[in-house]
Amino acid sequence: MSAELRSEPTARRLLAGVRRDGRAVTLAEHRRAHGDLAVDTRTILDTVEASGLRGRGGGGFPTALKMAAVRDAGRRAVVVANGAEGEPISGKDKTLLAYVPHLVLDGAVVAARAVRARDAIVAVPEFLQPVVEHAIAERDDGRISLHAVTVPDTFIAGEETALVQFLDGGPALPTFTPPRPFERGVRGLPTLVQNVETLAHLGMIARYGPHWFRAVGTAEEPGSTLVTLSGAVSSPGVYEVPIGQSLDALVADAGGIGRGAAAYLVGGYFGTWIPADADVSLADADLARHGAALGARAIVVLPQGACGVRETARIARYLAAESAGQCGPCVHGLDAVATDLEQLLDRARRVDGRRLQRRLEVIAGRGACKHPDGAVRMVASALRVFEQDVRAHLSGRRCEATR
Amino acid sequence: MKHSLGLGVNRIACDGHGLCAELFPERVSLDEWGYPIVDGQPIPKELEQHARRAVAECPALALFLTRRAA
Repeated sequence: MSAELRSEPTARRLLAGVRRDGRAVTLAEHRRAHGDLAVDTRTILDTVEASGLRGRGGGGFPTALKMAAVRDAGRRAVVVANGAEGEPISGKDKTLLAYVPHLVLDGAVVAARAVRARDAIVAVPEFLQPVVEHAIAERDDGRISLHAVTVPDTFIAGEETALVQFLDGGPALPTFTPPRPFERGVRGLPTLVQNVETLAHLGMIARYGPHWFRAVGTAEEPGSTLVTLSGAVSSPGVYEVPIGQSLDALVADAGGIGRGAAAYLVGGYFGTWIPADADVSLADADLARHGAALGARAIVVLPQGACGVRETARIARYLAAESAGQCGPCVHGLDAVATDLEQLLDRARRVDGRRLQRRLEVIAGRGACKHPDGAVRMVASALRVFEQDVRAHLSGRRCEATR
Repeated sequence: MKHSLGLGVNRIACDGHGLCAELFPERVSLDEWGYPIVDGQPIPKELEQHARRAVAECPALALFLTRRAA
């Protein structure tokens, strides 16, 4: 999506320096705002651990643990800044790379020094390659060399084994694990793959320390995070919020919802539908009450009067089409699930609701990557939240929205 | 240390021939598209022979044994 930029004033950290004219912050401007970057390699991992930083790409894995695993592999490592934001409803990573690339590059350098890497590869969509290349050319990071590499614009390209295989000259498709990239990644070396937002936070933590980082967010999930808000809000775009902020407050900051919301899809296309009256805060601990998580940090607002089954069918079809096409249960299973949902919408077709439920249960955990798991989780949540609509469609009636 | 034997599938390599379900029905069934559903239970001694044969006969070399600390 085009990343229109918004920022909630109380948590402006990553987006604080963004220029109104929309051009990328230069290195000189960046240094004026934040000073020089100095990394104490003896203490940096302790600092990251104390900060409680977790991955912002979807998995939410503790960053310090991943860094320690790569460093302790005992060989020259490689860092990959993952900006392959294939999720169509997410714009946060593109926003960082386009407007504040040096925040990401600082983080990549900090990570490289921490895990003793000399190469840090920044994986970016094609349209951002010039911006990131320009930013890299402005810098001098001593023995660490940064490279921008354009990655394919597919949903799966950001999956970390797919990214590693692509950077090694292969197709951008997931590979069998183990080994995971932290064990054997780019050129067979231990590879730290981190989402670009995670790295942007890392660069800030290296400068301002764990205490500063923890000043916003919750004790378990410290810091701020970027969220891409889309759908039926007045001002869709990328927002920065303290973790733990209420979703209702974010929606209000985004100008509210005209007709009111029917439901939210939280966590991107692999996310979870939750009812509009759920009253959740944007933290995994609270979202877990609804089986949801921040995930890719993309949120869609479905307006009153729209059919949740129709939107779910559309996303399911997209995810089926974006399967890497390598694993049978994903290829056939996601297509079957999407077809079931489409036929549910077609009053002339009869759909066996129990068969759809069975299909959802049998697909998860049977792919090389988590693509099928994410897709069926999203669909299963839709069957719960839009139960009435589903029942209306199953009995050949029209749902509220299409009546 | 004692180890228990389990069964794993390389899902990328698997082409859904379905031989595994024929040779090791105690732990492998097929989904409606012909791809294996593996029961994650440890494999007891008396079934080891079936498991090894299924692994050896897989035409796609997609089936493998795993060894976990019991």
